[in-house]
Amino acid sequence: MSDTVIPPPPVEDENTSVKPRSLTLNMGPQHPSTHGVLRLLMELDGETIIKCQPDIGYLHTGIEKEFEVKTYQQGVTLTDRIDYLAPLSNNLCYCLAVEKLLGLDIPPLAQWTRVMLTELTRLNSHLVWLGTHAIDIGAMSVFLYCFREREDILRIFEMYSGQRMMTSYFRIGGLALEPPRGWQQRVRTFIDAFPSKVDEYENLLTNNRIWIGRTRGIGWMSMEDMLDLGVTGPMLRAAGLKWDARKDQPYTSYEKFDFEVPTRTEGDVYARYLVRIEEMRQSARIVKQALEGMPGGRWTADAPHVVLPDREKMKTQMEALIYHFKIVTEGFRVPAGEVYQVIESPRGEVGYYVVSDGTAHPYRVHIRAPSFANLQATPKMVEGTLIADVIASIGSMDFVLGDCDR
Amino acid sequence: MLPENLHENKIAAAVEAFDSSALVTAKFDRGELTLEIARDKIVSVCRFLKEQQQFVRLSTVTGVDWYPTEPRFEVVYHLHSTERNDRVRLKCRLAGNDAEIDSVTGVWRSANWFERETFDLFGVRFRNHPDLRRIMLPDDWEGHPLRKDYPVTGDRV
Repeated sequence: MSDTVIPPPPVEDENTSVKPRSLTLNMGPQHPSTHGVLRLLMELDGETIIKCQPDIGYLHTGIEKEFEVKTYQQGVTLTDRIDYLAPLSNNLCYCLAVEKLLGLDIPPLAQWTRVMLTELTRLNSHLVWLGTHAIDIGAMSVFLYCFREREDILRIFEMYSGQRMMTSYFRIGGLALEPPRGWQQRVRTFIDAFPSKVDEYENLLTNNRIWIGRTRGIGWMSMEDMLDLGVTGPMLRAAGLKWDARKDQPYTSYEKFDFEVPTRTEGDVYARYLVRIEEMRQSARIVKQALEGMPGGRWTADAPHVVLPDREKMKTQMEALIYHFKIVTEGFRVPAGEVYQVIESPRGEVGYYVVSDGTAHPYRVHIRAPSFANLQATPKMVEGTLIADVIASIGSMDFVLGDCDR
Repeated sequence: MLPENLHENKIAAAVEAFDSSALVTAKFDRGELTLEIARDKIVSVCRFLKEQQQFVRLSTVTGVDWYPTEPRFEVVYHLHSTERNDRVRLKCRLAGNDAEIDSVTGVWRSANWFERETFDLFGVRFRNHPDLRRIMLPDDWEGHPLRKDYPVTGDRV
């Protein structure tokens, strides 16, 4: 966040022929197309942007600091609130990092449920992105279609965890609750119908002349620039690099699922749109496989010092009661060490760097937020282009300011 | 100095062969390689890893404060190579009264914001950084919140 003051426009003097050569335009922080509180300071020459300076920090809430006074399990609730469109992806990454420190084995049921729900999260996030991105460019109706399906996904989350957005459903050691009765039916109804819904979105946009006119060739960046500027996720894949953590550094048994990593080579807004549409189809495939092959068994790891005991056992067994008391009041100790866990979130590479000093509180948690890294490429992407294309360009980055500022 | 058990590790051995005085120590824990680099050598080691070991991506830069132990700060770099499908962590230790290190923005442009964030929240200064300003907090903010001697709650006096 910066207090940079916008210089007043130069005074025009009628007696001299000196005219102001550039105009400074302040976009945001309260601007509907920035999807949050992003401020862009732009210097314009006519309609061409000659300099762009993003200003962030308006949503900084000190989450990394807050981790240090919470127990490890309490930290899960903080991860929900980082990226409000993909809370389960952040839950997952944090849990995986702490589980790596603890050396826990997670049972198959929990792993498969995690895969299924993070893929539904990806659908949820991509749907919000598609709807709002289209509305920014002027296609109003896509938004209504996308939010229709998003509502179904949120209902599934509610069924699982009791919460629509801040689910905290993944816990260190497995899942918070047993998968609810009847989830198969609910997920099956949704996922069987979903591919035809994607066709509907494509009917509205893919061959739409206005849509193509507004997106093709806009916001172009080369793969080399993106790598150097730290851009990840669908943006990088739309420029031709086939790298996806789910395939290349698999976690949570993603290696057991059959799916493709879509790529394009154009590297413009339209290519990013096509990549995300195809990712939705692939995520639907993964959800379907998880639904059909869901293993049985326990949903938490066999680690009584980490995982809360069953309610029934607590009432009958002294040992379970003691563990419950210890975990709730003190938390559990995590062996000293450091890990950096990376997953593929809807926005790109999420990384959790967790440092433990052997106590029950994380010594340091650093979050490598994809929105923060991607946003850094904004000046490179928009400088030299027209002011009218800025909205399409930044919309195609799909950032969440909560994720960016943490 | 490279520990005995890491001579087989290609990345660690390559850095040792490149400049043995740069490598302070190394460890391989939970499948992750950590190289501790001498403070003055960080830019040359990063450039070597990027240009000759295919670590084209800088994943993140951050800090850890070990107050009240000295040297107090650790600056941590996570590097990623898509070609080798591998990651490496670099670390530099800085004393509390001399928290300054060379910027790696000349190697990866993405370091710009990561280093600004580390400066903002830890007060570590990066030499030769093109634009070392606060990024999260207002310009007139006092103190660096992620330092361990900065309180979590309470009023500012």
